[in-house]
Amino acid sequence: MINLIGSESDSQRTLYPYVTGTSVVGIKYKDGILLAADMGGSYGSTLRYKTVERLKKVGKHSIIGASGEISDFQEIMRNLDELILYDNMWDDGNSLGPKEVHNYLTRMMYNRRNKFNPLWNSLVLGGVKNGQKYLGTVSMIGVHYEDNHVATGFGNHLARPLLRNEWHADMTFEEGVKLLEKCMRVLLYRDRSAVNKLQIAKITEEGVTITQPYALKTFWNFSAFLNPTAGAEGSW
Amino acid sequence: MDMSSGDLNAPHSMGTTIIGVTYNGGVVLGADSRTSTGMYVANRASDKITQLTDNVYICRSGSAADSQIVSDYVRYFLHQHTIQLGQPSTVKVAANLVRLLSYNNKNSLQTGLIVGGWDKYEGGKIYGIPLGGTVLELPFTIGGSGSSYLYGFFDQVWKEGMTQEEAEKLVVKAVSLAIARDGASGGVVRTVTIDKDGATRKFYPSETLPLWHEELEPQESLLDILSAASPEPMMS
Repeated sequence: MINLIGSESDSQRTLYPYVTGTSVVGIKYKDGILLAADMGGSYGSTLRYKTVERLKKVGKHSIIGASGEISDFQEIMRNLDELILYDNMWDDGNSLGPKEVHNYLTRMMYNRRNKFNPLWNSLVLGGVKNGQKYLGTVSMIGVHYEDNHVATGFGNHLARPLLRNEWHADMTFEEGVKLLEKCMRVLLYRDRSAVNKLQIAKITEEGVTITQPYALKTFWNFSAFLNPTAGAEGSW
Repeated sequence: MDMSSGDLNAPHSMGTTIIGVTYNGGVVLGADSRTSTGMYVANRASDKITQLTDNVYICRSGSAADSQIVSDYVRYFLHQHTIQLGQPSTVKVAANLVRLLSYNNKNSLQTGLIVGGWDKYEGGKIYGIPLGGTVLELPFTIGGSGSSYLYGFFDQVWKEGMTQEEAEKLVVKAVSLAIARDGASGGVVRTVTIDKDGATRKFYPSETLPLWHEELEPQESLLDILSAASPEPMMS
């Protein structure tokens, strides 16, 4: 009976995801880290859930952003919350920093990949501890690295080129938010699974905060958009 | 890098329309009554709203066998939990038990579920548990194949803080609309309303439901129409 509630003895494999989140984008800035993600949970091609929180605090120093299967992300959060709890129970003044959490996530993802039963997620882990800024990513097969700017999913193709051109060290909070919003707007235009409701997370030495959900304005008033097939009727 | 399985593996749910809605003081659960095997209607008066405890019910969709076995196990566990706890279980605990079964057996099960109930700590709560085992606490949620036809409807009419009467009317109207367009949904509309005083079951046969586009008033026989009408009763 107990096997039904939690068993890994049968050889099983996750074949495909059901409820999925799309891109997460993250950058380092002057005071710390900024992450952005929308609140969509897609069910195949249907934009089914529109208030899914894909950015979550991890302990005092880190925030995780997840794309991919939401049920697997919920399971990852249960593991992380337990990890932080046991860390706190030592009550020794030490606390797990972003580097350690990133490493734990990497092991979790890679070991599942080795058993052909991956957690179907791409994760971004950002944090600040003792003045050190940290921004890393882990994929569902355990590929992991740190960088000044990272993205998952469509964000790899649409956001990272923008970040490569416009990111620079020691950006202000305002510059950072504007850059992330530029990325999120492009994703909104070009990613079918994006929804116009997003959150931005900020991590600094002082602490971690996640904004209330908000929506971005979009621009459609290009003259070329008004009558695009004027010169070639029947085209699109 | 990320892997995506594309639209080839988009999930599909089989027959049913199920709905769960919160209102000011409790929840209303609704469902149709059709169980089909392929094109044949195996049961035209099924009860898809199943009791888990006195104060928590579950709406079942997808595979009848899978949803029945999951709810049977959860009922069994909740029964023991109630005895050990010494008071009624919370809705959250019920939802989490469903999650454990759905998530850990995600490769074998094909059932989307809605858990709804009332407890003294949180009041009326609805939890959506789609394929894969994601759990989302929501003000309302819809499921089953018939739900495809209701996303636009709910986007337009949903509002927070409805009265019990408004909520029940909304659920009945919605299931009735889905039945009109989804071949896998049909029969009668069943609702269960749960508040601090317990659960009340209601039954709405088709005569009590409104007629939608291109639906005609049911008649006893053509003969009645002929005798009732005066000149030119037959169309030439």
